[in-house]
Amino acid sequence: MDLRLAPNAIAMSAKEFIAWSSSVMEQLLRASGGKKAVDKISAPIWSWALRNANYPLHFGVACCALEMAAASAPRFDAERLGMIYRSSPRQTDVLLVNGWVTAKLRPDLRRLYEQMAEPKWVVAMGECAISGGPWYDSHNTVQGVDTFIPVDVYIPGCPPRPEAMIDGFMKLHKKIHKEMKGTFLED
Amino acid sequence: MTEMWLNMGPQHPMTHGLWNLRVKIDGETITEAEPVIGYLHRGWEKLAEHRMYPQIIPMADRLCYGASMSWSHLYCMAAEEMMGVEIPERAKYIRTIVLEAQRIGSHLMWLAALGTDLGSYTIFLYPMRERELFLDLMQNLCGARMTYNYPRIGGVRNDVPPNFERDFTKVLDHFEKRIPDYEALCDESTIFRMRTEDVGKLTAEQAKNLGVTGPNLRGSGVDYDIRRDDPYEAYADIDFNVCVQQGCDAYARYRVRMDEMYESVDIIRQAIKKMPDGPVRVRPPRTAPKGKTGFAHVEDPRGEGLMYIIGNGDDRPYRLKVRSPIFVTVSAAPYMLKGYKVADVPSIMGSVDMCLGETDR
Amino acid sequence: MEEQRSGLARGGLTAEEIAKRITERFPTGVSITSAKPYRIYSKVDSDSLLKLCHFIKDELDFEHVSCLGGVDWLAENKMQTVYHITSYANRVTMEMVVDLPRDKPEVDSITPLWGGANWHERETYDMFGIIFKGHPRLERILNPEGTEVFPFRKDYVTGRRV
Repeated sequence: MDLRLAPNAIAMSAKEFIAWSSSVMEQLLRASGGKKAVDKISAPIWSWALRNANYPLHFGVACCALEMAAASAPRFDAERLGMIYRSSPRQTDVLLVNGWVTAKLRPDLRRLYEQMAEPKWVVAMGECAISGGPWYDSHNTVQGVDTFIPVDVYIPGCPPRPEAMIDGFMKLHKKIHKEMKGTFLED
Repeated sequence: MTEMWLNMGPQHPMTHGLWNLRVKIDGETITEAEPVIGYLHRGWEKLAEHRMYPQIIPMADRLCYGASMSWSHLYCMAAEEMMGVEIPERAKYIRTIVLEAQRIGSHLMWLAALGTDLGSYTIFLYPMRERELFLDLMQNLCGARMTYNYPRIGGVRNDVPPNFERDFTKVLDHFEKRIPDYEALCDESTIFRMRTEDVGKLTAEQAKNLGVTGPNLRGSGVDYDIRRDDPYEAYADIDFNVCVQQGCDAYARYRVRMDEMYESVDIIRQAIKKMPDGPVRVRPPRTAPKGKTGFAHVEDPRGEGLMYIIGNGDDRPYRLKVRSPIFVTVSAAPYMLKGYKVADVPSIMGSVDMCLGETDR
Repeated sequence: MEEQRSGLARGGLTAEEIAKRITERFPTGVSITSAKPYRIYSKVDSDSLLKLCHFIKDELDFEHVSCLGGVDWLAENKMQTVYHITSYANRVTMEMVVDLPRDKPEVDSITPLWGGANWHERETYDMFGIIFKGHPRLERILNPEGTEVFPFRKDYVTGRRV
């Protein structure tokens, strides 16, 4: 409906009404400072919820996967930080790549990354995922996961100790906090 | 016609490491199986041709990371056989002790993984707790938790730390009281027994012909253990029993490994008592003559590992061939899976104790 | 301890006895380099390989294929397949080295005798291009399908950075 015809216009369709009323509300909230007020409350809560419930994917590639398993073991206990492993990529937030990536695996790993829903992060654990590691001159390995997937946190080590992996996840928490997703209405 | 091919993997919580098990199912029953590997292939043997002999030791650690000491030790044995190096007695005993400690650590990791496969998180947590104690002992000895870089061609890298005997005795005494706890957790659990008994049957004739080795072979009733039948290091001087079960199913393979943990504790105790004094390392030659070959085979926690090495005249090998036990056992998987249900796959493949690093190399 | 080493304590043959029987049966085509406790080293012609394997499997109780690999000798223009076969009853491991011409590397497959050689032969084909005649399914196993090179050959150079 063309709004210039108002007040002579008689009716809007449902979709048009929703679009018109939400744009009016949005302008009102932005102009009056209501958005800023709600942002101050919603963004920290969102960020707190997002970072304290990082669900990684149950995806153990190589040696670093044993240190990932040891991190969920009683001594280091990553689960107190909210890291519950999920088996399906549709239900996860974090793709933890912990081992070398080969040419055979590469399309499958890209597919796993694309199957994850936003917001998602990628953590490259261990030298092999960061840059190919000890297999730098192999015919079949990819020299670093970030050649085909955008990586957020790199955890160096061969293998990194479980404490180092947890420290890497703490850095991911800080990064999520800085990004501050969860603002009310798009910025 | 309800048959279909189902892909279990490469990303699947059951697979420890990346491989794809394609099963052809008719309803719930498996009629055929086809393992697809190669997702972790890095051409290890070709990379070894470009590294100097000592540089291959940390590479060998990362072949099977669940039992890394066993593989770097195997490489050192093959290189010593080729170069004709005799290692000192004390080094033999230290190697035996750390190999058995690694065997216990690897079996604990297997038990934890088996628990996760069968859905029991408790069976994951308890062995991981004890495994940390053994990793602490290894860390006191060589500084690393998992990939040790400790054996050298000619012996071991360094002598034992002070309080070695005290620490080991304390951990072994504590651990020996814990093994009955794990057995109670598994043996007295009806669900565990129902899921592992009478599944994954592999007869002794099939196992011998298909090249299955290690606890998987002994679970089918074949009495063969390289530590007793082709002794290396200090095993010839130590008294121990070979654990054999007649069941041929997943439960028998589980029982073999539990018994092996008791035996390993006993072996370590004897070796600590009998360890002589002396040097722990001799200097090997830097190069090996061209065309000179050597091979060694050991009882890895997962089966028979073998390495065949050819010298090149300079300080790098010409060819280094690795025989991985799980590579062959996975090829026998179709025989173990036919006729069982899809839900039995985790318990059968879990009882086989797979480690993909050595399979794909 | 000496009894155990000779295999007599468990009723098996010693390595020397096995070596003697093999040389009697195959005067040409098989040459035993050395026979020590637990070990026999030999060189075998590619024509005699299958007959030798039938002999050691049926009459000498060699039940288990420990290893099967290939070697590429670019300079000498030959390839080799190296077999390690173990006898559980006699507790002996036998190493057999077979020379093959490099432009036509073909050898008989021992998979019909021992199922344990199946994937080893597939892997040797995948890496070196050695054809095993009579193998039920000679396809690539570790490298991705569609790889056109044989990576472990000496004339294939990986992209070394250092």
